[in-house]
Amino acid sequence: MGWGGSNMIIFGVALLSICMLIGVIVGDALGGLMGVEANVGGVGVSMLLLVLAVDYLKKKNKLQVKSEEGIAFWGGIYIPIVVAMSAQQNVVAALDGGGMALLAGVVVVVVGFLSIPFISRIGEKAKVKEQEIELSILPKEQVK
Amino acid sequence: MMNMIKEGLENNGLITAFAIIGIVMYIAYFLSDKLTKGRVHGSAIAIMFGLILAYIGGVNTGGEKGISDIQLFSGIGLMGGGMLRDFAIIATAFGANFSEVKKTGISGITALFFGVFYSFVIGVIIALCFGYRDPVALTTIGGGAVTYIVGPVSGTAIGASSDIIALSIAVGLIKSISVMILTPVFAKKIKLNNPRTAMIYGGVMGTTSGVAAGLAATDVKLVPYGAMTATFYTGLGCLLVPSILFLLTEIIF
Repeated sequence: MGWGGSNMIIFGVALLSICMLIGVIVGDALGGLMGVEANVGGVGVSMLLLVLAVDYLKKKNKLQVKSEEGIAFWGGIYIPIVVAMSAQQNVVAALDGGGMALLAGVVVVVVGFLSIPFISRIGEKAKVKEQEIELSILPKEQVK
Repeated sequence: MMNMIKEGLENNGLITAFAIIGIVMYIAYFLSDKLTKGRVHGSAIAIMFGLILAYIGGVNTGGEKGISDIQLFSGIGLMGGGMLRDFAIIATAFGANFSEVKKTGISGITALFFGVFYSFVIGVIIALCFGYRDPVALTTIGGGAVTYIVGPVSGTAIGASSDIIALSIAVGLIKSISVMILTPVFAKKIKLNNPRTAMIYGGVMGTTSGVAAGLAATDVKLVPYGAMTATFYTGLGCLLVPSILFLLTEIIF
């Protein structure tokens, strides 16, 4: 404790920034290695780094509440940012694609939603077998 | 006087954006509460408003960046651009439980491969229905059905014409917008209320903006899990579509 006071907020923001920068660079490098013009997993790498960093700092008691606020703020402003993002989508071009674009775009999404429960089930069965035998009794009782 | 106000707002674009988006969200939450008694999530309504604003902006300017092409609203472009969006997505990981991510790892990867493959196949089938027979065009449109980045990247790589590339972008944009609008509609039916399903959802849908907005309109707590898998989707699509999937399409047609 001691130094910084509410200036500590910037430490959280800086930590978040550093995680993102590393993640983005790694993602671009990964894309380059794979020979694709896209960032591969940059956001995912950044998130993992952030979680690991926060976990480490908390264990060492080095992360102050004020610094956490610097990260929490940006998480909290996520929805407004997404609204701003939706306000700059190229909606006109999307609709200009005509019937085919509309049909293809919507059908892909609807089929995706319908398939999610099946994919979810595949993994779940394996999980039950592995570790949680007592859970398999539960669903039967619930059905009755 | 009007000019002075306009200049003041334009010179402080990002701040103007904060104010406008704040007001839009206030109205959206108000309507959600009063008209739908909270049944339609306020953020879902706000995102719809955003899309309507984007349409108005696009019609008025002929530009590609929705409302942010109007000078007065240019700050919305910065606020909702990729940089701050990714920054905020990463911030939502603060407090996420990453042992969930490890547990769902394999299902997440399965969902990713499945997501890219089935999107491509459906894109190709629909293109076939509309009379396209050329493997280059089919692959490009199939790529667009993966995401609006995969379409043009693949199309350029395999030499598609610019009108086909534009069409593939349109398919991807419609997909992204549909994910935004339909996620809160389907959320209950597919039990999108836990980290595991959110990861699978991110892997199946893949479009970053769609997943980002879809989960925002459903439950912000799920954002890091959906984003975790979705972040690999476009890269995987750019890898598979112009290579293996193009070769397969060429063999079949």
